Amino acid sequence: MAYRWKNTLTADAVTPYSAFLNRRQLMAGAAAGAIAGALPVSARAQEALEPNTWEEITTYNNYYEFGTGKEDPARNAHRLTIDPWTVRIDGLVDKPGDYSFADILSQMTIEERIYRFRCVEAWSMVIPWNGFELADLLDWVGVQSSAKYVAFETALRPDEMPGVASPVLDWPYVEGLRLDEAMHPLTMMATGIYGRDIPKQNGAPMRLVVPWKYGFKSIKSIVRITLTEDEPPASWNIANPREYGFYSNVNPNVDHPRWSQATERRIGGGLFAKRHPTLMFNGYEDEVAPLYDGMDLTKFI
Amino acid sequence: MVHALNTGLRHVPAWALYLMAPVPVVWIYYLGLTGQLGVDPAKVIEHQLGIWSLWLLIAGLAVTPLRRFAGVNLLKFRRAIGVTAFFYVLAHLLTWLVLDVQFQNVWADIVKRWYITVGMAAFVLMVPLAVTSNNRSIRKIGAGAWRRLHRLVYPIALLAALHFLLLVKGFQWEPIIYAAVIAGLLAMRVRWDALWTRQRASHRENPARSGAGLGGELSQSSRY
Repeated sequence: MAYRWKNTLTADAVTPYSAFLNRRQLMAGAAAGAIAGALPVSARAQEALEPNTWEEITTYNNYYEFGTGKEDPARNAHRLTIDPWTVRIDGLVDKPGDYSFADILSQMTIEERIYRFRCVEAWSMVIPWNGFELADLLDWVGVQSSAKYVAFETALRPDEMPGVASPVLDWPYVEGLRLDEAMHPLTMMATGIYGRDIPKQNGAPMRLVVPWKYGFKSIKSIVRITLTEDEPPASWNIANPREYGFYSNVNPNVDHPRWSQATERRIGGGLFAKRHPTLMFNGYEDEVAPLYDGMDLTKFI
Repeated sequence: MVHALNTGLRHVPAWALYLMAPVPVVWIYYLGLTGQLGVDPAKVIEHQLGIWSLWLLIAGLAVTPLRRFAGVNLLKFRRAIGVTAFFYVLAHLLTWLVLDVQFQNVWADIVKRWYITVGMAAFVLMVPLAVTSNNRSIRKIGAGAWRRLHRLVYPIALLAALHFLLLVKGFQWEPIIYAAVIAGLLAMRVRWDALWTRQRASHRENPARSGAGLGGELSQSSRY
């Protein structure tokens, strides 16, 4: 069932590693104001849709288990042991069990997906993920007909995660999706970025990516997947239900109490980067709007 | 030691502080402009200027307790600290306005988002203090009224602490520590012994003192 979705963000294949390093240097120059005016307009327009650089994607992370600062995860996540890695898959499935990450990988088709990534904090990136469709994994373990939701859990390792010493959230981090959301072709398990193994600060070895929802739904370093009949708990929803709903679909028309969601700051534009309008369902409206037919999205936040 | 410190400080003119005051903000912007503040420089600048504002408010509030409990006299620097604090809050606000929200939905943000409401209130309350931070204003308003006006710094500092507490996500220690320091500095101004005595005796130990309750106690110790 892989390849159910075709990249729409850029026509070309993803920039090779060497090329984006070059672009990185180009952008550093542009940030200093040296050559920004010299770039042809078309080049700049195209730039806006191209993926963020490896450095941007891997040094600006929200992964509170490694600290609440954006650069804390890049500094601290090296302590996480990801080999061996076991994922417990249980609940309403035909083949429950403890699966090694290697076993899972051997069954899945890895493909590349260039997705917009929109944080609830009103910043955004474009990320070239590598990974597999969550639906393929769920089909492999066999979802029972009574299952309606999928629950996810992040590893909790106090010895390796300095951030969990502080009760920022009720650890471990948990998240959930409705089954139809989880089975949607856009929903993937990312295991890589730019064709390389996904860095620990980005959720190694395996993290969820749900591109039409705010970033905190895309739970990292998953150790457990449980199929349930009832709506599973979600960490930010527990911490503050008024601010973080279970659905948390990107929606420019529904404000978060702390941030207007109408516009976003694209990471990588430098100090004077202009805000851009946020797109309904983060630009994936055609694909996912039918999932929410008949639902009042101002209520089901 | 304290004596040597006070003697040394006597040779440092207050204007030296005004001279140094722009250095951090210029440095922070220089780092941002040259790409040394990571991939989201506007947010880092905004946050750093907010933190500097808190430090300066705390420094200003520390002057009185330092003199009273440690004998260190920084009184002649207090105006410069206060004025500098105002300009850092202004720089913080302008960074938010121009680089972060870019003038979009500003009024909606101020009325709808509690942490912005509170931060903006603190800034507005600082304006009359900044405007009257000169000898002419003290003469014009009168020393007593001027002192009462400048007691606004207490609610300002509390609002600043609240602003930080409200804006972080989840449970975080940093804003709690700032709030505790500010609350502590304010508590050190209260003449607890006088309050205690008065409560027991249930009459004023000093009838000449203006204002009753906490405000009166605060005014007593913040006099210079």
